[in-house]
Amino acid sequence: MQEGTTPQRCLIAKQVKWIPYIYLSPFIILFSIFGLYPMLFSAWISLHSWVLGSSLDQMKWVGLHNFKYVLTDEWFYHALYNTVWLSLIAGIPQHAIALPLATRLFQMTPQKRHILLCFYFLPFITSSVAISLVFNSIFSRDFGLLNQLLAMLHDWKFIGFKPLNWLFPASAIDWQDSSHIRWVIAFVVFWRYVGWNTLLYLSAMKTIPKELFDAAELDGAGFWQQLRHVILPTLKPMILLALTLSLIGNFQLFEEPFILTSGTGGSGQAGQTLAMYLYTTAFAEGDFTAASATAWLLFIILFSLCNLTRRISIKNDL
Amino acid sequence: MKSTSSFFKLLFMMLIFITEVQATTLTIASYPNFDEAIRAAIPRYEKLHPEINIRLVSLSFYDHHNAMTSALATGAGLPDVMGLEQGFIGRFVNSGGLEELSAPPYNALQYQHLFVPYTIVQAQNDRGKLFAMPADIGPGSLFYRQDLLAKAGISIADMTKSWNGFINAGTKLKQQSIYLVANASDLKDIYIRIGLKPGEGIYFNQAGECLVRSERFVRAFTLAKQVRDLGLDGRLQIWSNEWAEAIRRGRVATQMMGAWFAGHLSSWIAPESSGLWRVSQLPEHSYASWGGSFYAIPKAAAHKSEAWDFIQFMTLDQSMQQEAFKKLDAFPALLSAQQTPHLDEPISYLGQQKARLVWKDAADHMPVIMTHKYDALAAEVIRKQMDLVLDDNKNIAEALADAEQQIVHKVKR
Repeated sequence: MQEGTTPQRCLIAKQVKWIPYIYLSPFIILFSIFGLYPMLFSAWISLHSWVLGSSLDQMKWVGLHNFKYVLTDEWFYHALYNTVWLSLIAGIPQHAIALPLATRLFQMTPQKRHILLCFYFLPFITSSVAISLVFNSIFSRDFGLLNQLLAMLHDWKFIGFKPLNWLFPASAIDWQDSSHIRWVIAFVVFWRYVGWNTLLYLSAMKTIPKELFDAAELDGAGFWQQLRHVILPTLKPMILLALTLSLIGNFQLFEEPFILTSGTGGSGQAGQTLAMYLYTTAFAEGDFTAASATAWLLFIILFSLCNLTRRISIKNDL
Repeated sequence: MKSTSSFFKLLFMMLIFITEVQATTLTIASYPNFDEAIRAAIPRYEKLHPEINIRLVSLSFYDHHNAMTSALATGAGLPDVMGLEQGFIGRFVNSGGLEELSAPPYNALQYQHLFVPYTIVQAQNDRGKLFAMPADIGPGSLFYRQDLLAKAGISIADMTKSWNGFINAGTKLKQQSIYLVANASDLKDIYIRIGLKPGEGIYFNQAGECLVRSERFVRAFTLAKQVRDLGLDGRLQIWSNEWAEAIRRGRVATQMMGAWFAGHLSSWIAPESSGLWRVSQLPEHSYASWGGSFYAIPKAAAHKSEAWDFIQFMTLDQSMQQEAFKKLDAFPALLSAQQTPHLDEPISYLGQQKARLVWKDAADHMPVIMTHKYDALAAEVIRKQMDLVLDDNKNIAEALADAEQQIVHKVKR
């Protein structure tokens, strides 16, 4: 016991030590039950063989066999390819558009900016099921708005001619076929998340000192020059964070491809992502052990990629 | 006076409390619309058994089967009775988590002769042990739009005489911009269920050998490919919005499905097409089963004896089966329940056709098909290969060889 302290003070000090944990306990309890336990359980199950529907007592230890099995399944690589493809095609344009868009919004009056930002952000907060259903209607081959529009443009008559018929297809495009479905999914994902990235960049821009913009303006810098020489260098940490978030989100892509392909992965599984492969393995094929192994492989891939971005940020002093 | 009244009130409440404490709560887990049969039975059952309280827990179709899988795995949250659909029965029957109903005290195989033969086999494992009792069946039939066929000058008799006749009818429908079927893979789904040899399942034989390279699968894939190449199908994913819209707008002339599809057509897919649809047997005198429901008792259930009593009430009681048939169009698995005037009644949505007689005939001819615990897995692999054949022109022999290799690879683990 320290000099000058009483047993009562000691007790209070001990109680105070525990108080933060009491405040944290609702989160810790919920996270342990719904986050940590399923995670550890899936790691455990991925190292066993188990017939679906049977008791967990009947599980057999198989070591890394499930991982070997997934890594020799051609559909896993197919889904991995689709996921990487979608990450790039849906991800890169999100940032390429969000940055200049955020810059333009930044230059607007707050009132105008807030209204426009609401519109850009709306897809992000809308239910993905509602979004996918709407886009399903747009991209429907027989009854979709897009095909109707294309047909209208193809048949548009001008002084007895159809000047656009060479440009637009005569027959309806099947957006669900293997050559189109990935593009459709990428478009929906891009449309949905561009507003979120715009918001991220806009928030970061607000931290840039106004003097920098004033100085650039005095030097006669226009919109693109300000973007290149003032905004981009200052936003590097935020760009890295936004790219990392996109990477994580795109590698876990599930809802949009699942609903747009009616849960099948589309023709030739062209729209099947890794998360969908995992779901199909577990719930259609009834193989929870291989699905758990897939989940951990997905985690390893994501962890490696995030670590890579972290190393890049350290290397570039971001 | 006031105190006397309070005393009686208290006594009455205590009596209620004691009664409730003594009553056994039987938990039954089910899914829509199968749960409707239970809901309809509860008042009568509780009247017959005042000592039993029934608690019905109903989840959506996939959620229910996933919940039952988790419950059997962990032993937590198990009901006393679980409803199971035919697509999942093979997996559950072979799980080891269900009570064996062919063993004492149930001895359920004594009732085998009372049911449509193929349903009992579906609920048996590869050693012939019974783990579930059949409640209803889904005899498959060809639903067709009478008006569209008439417009294209097609007679249903010619159309269903052979698979070639079916495809020829499709070419006539195409001239009217009507799809023969929603998806070419529908033909594959039917054909792989036809002509099974004794002891064979769809994907595996009794010895567990994979059958997907058999002539049955080659022909099934060939038929589907033929329909796709001729442009006779709508390339529509079943149960998708586009599929429902195409049916609603009369763009699809036929749909092969279980008897229960009539209810879906009339209630939400195409209620405005009342009187335009009819049913017929499948082409080339084929018979296939689409769905069916079962009741099972988990090994770790708390009230097995009461659960068995309830299952008997739902599956062996003729009047209960007939009530479910009348109210929910759940085609009875119990043979005696099929002897009902309801069978002869015309169905207004199907143009006053006595369609139940068609389904009865299909049920009578249904082949016995063994189930296997990896049926769902094999079905998924075959579906993927079918897609590659239809959309990417993959060679059929190569696709089936790949399917076999993938199934064996997955099953061997």
